[in-house]
Amino acid sequence: MTSTEQNIDHKLITILEKVSDPEIPVLSIMDMGVVRSATVVNDIVKVEITPTYSGCPAMDVIGDDIKKALNDAGYKSEIDLILHPAWTTDWITPRGRKALEDYGIAAPLDAEADKDVLLNGKRIVKCTKCGSQNTRLVSQFGSTACKAQFQCDDCQEPFDYFKCLK
Amino acid sequence: MKNENLYNYLLGIADNSLILGQRMGELCGHGPSLETDIACTNISLDLFGQVRSYFQYAGKIVGDGRTEDDIAMLRKERDYKNVLLVEQPNTNFAFTIGRQFLFDVYHLIFLAELQKSNDLTLSAIANKCIKEVSYHVRFSSDWVKRLGDGTEESKAKMQEAIDALWTYTDELFHQTEADVAMVAKGIGVDVTKLKEDYYLRVGELLKEATLHVPESKWFQKGGKEGIHTEHLGYLLSDLQYMQRTYPNMEW
Repeated sequence: MTSTEQNIDHKLITILEKVSDPEIPVLSIMDMGVVRSATVVNDIVKVEITPTYSGCPAMDVIGDDIKKALNDAGYKSEIDLILHPAWTTDWITPRGRKALEDYGIAAPLDAEADKDVLLNGKRIVKCTKCGSQNTRLVSQFGSTACKAQFQCDDCQEPFDYFKCLK
Repeated sequence: MKNENLYNYLLGIADNSLILGQRMGELCGHGPSLETDIACTNISLDLFGQVRSYFQYAGKIVGDGRTEDDIAMLRKERDYKNVLLVEQPNTNFAFTIGRQFLFDVYHLIFLAELQKSNDLTLSAIANKCIKEVSYHVRFSSDWVKRLGDGTEESKAKMQEAIDALWTYTDELFHQTEADVAMVAKGIGVDVTKLKEDYYLRVGELLKEATLHVPESKWFQKGGKEGIHTEHLGYLLSDLQYMQRTYPNMEW
């Protein structure tokens, strides 16, 4: 399996899409890219999920939520947490990126641009409220480990930026 | 005990993160500003997450039913294998940052090597952790520069912290019995080979922060063998309180 491949049984997709990240409720775990495989083996659904950050407290909840969603759909399930290949922000789908932006979290830039904004103070992260790029880094760590804190110097909106993880 | 060397090796790595994570966690609600408070506790959370991966693996390879919680919470002081550096207290913010910086630089180059381990679980954990740790290094380096190249007072405090913590840096490159055994098997990292790169990186950053590199050649050691400074006992009494008071409690 290459790092970007997922192995998900078609009939499970609609069920799994209904499970969302507990900290970002607009974002489905499928769009987040944390579900790496979901297959039915001997009537039991085996799901492999991978954490965004090692210490992400959402993972236990996500595991429970997947179990519950599958149970409601009549499936027994086993959830496995896998570490390899490690999650990257590249796995967030275009629909996921849009959901983040709509929710007020700036989607991750590519690795080079990410370095520029976090280390060199470059102003290119788009404000999620007014779209201005006149924004500055307030803190490299935001409300959760995966985000940094920004503020827009035009509309003054404080917002989170989802850090690039590669 | 089954896989004793690998078990001890995993604990040697994980205990550094556990104890440093606990120290950073102490700042929850006490950081010098809201942003740094959140940053320190986020780093703490990353470290605890990493510890869980190591301890879960350690529990599995021993195979006697002990869980990650048992390993984290129910050992005695002498059984913790963390380096002395990470147990040093949050004397002031310069000490917190200095300790973090001196460990982060090591942590980053250590994980880069651990990624090459022929133990697939360990290399996967390293591969995951290094992404997080690269953010930690940025954060702590940034603050060392800001404080070092800041006001007269911040510079003095930053220098004082680096001078005081310097004596604990050499221990990072000491090998334990488990280290030697794991290096021989291609599982572990030969830390003695990281020393030069470490002091080079640290020295460059200190220079950039307009601080001087301590010259003392007197170094403390013992943590890796379980001989700790007086600070660890107090830290553990906090860390273990709930499990000792309510045995087997679960969240």
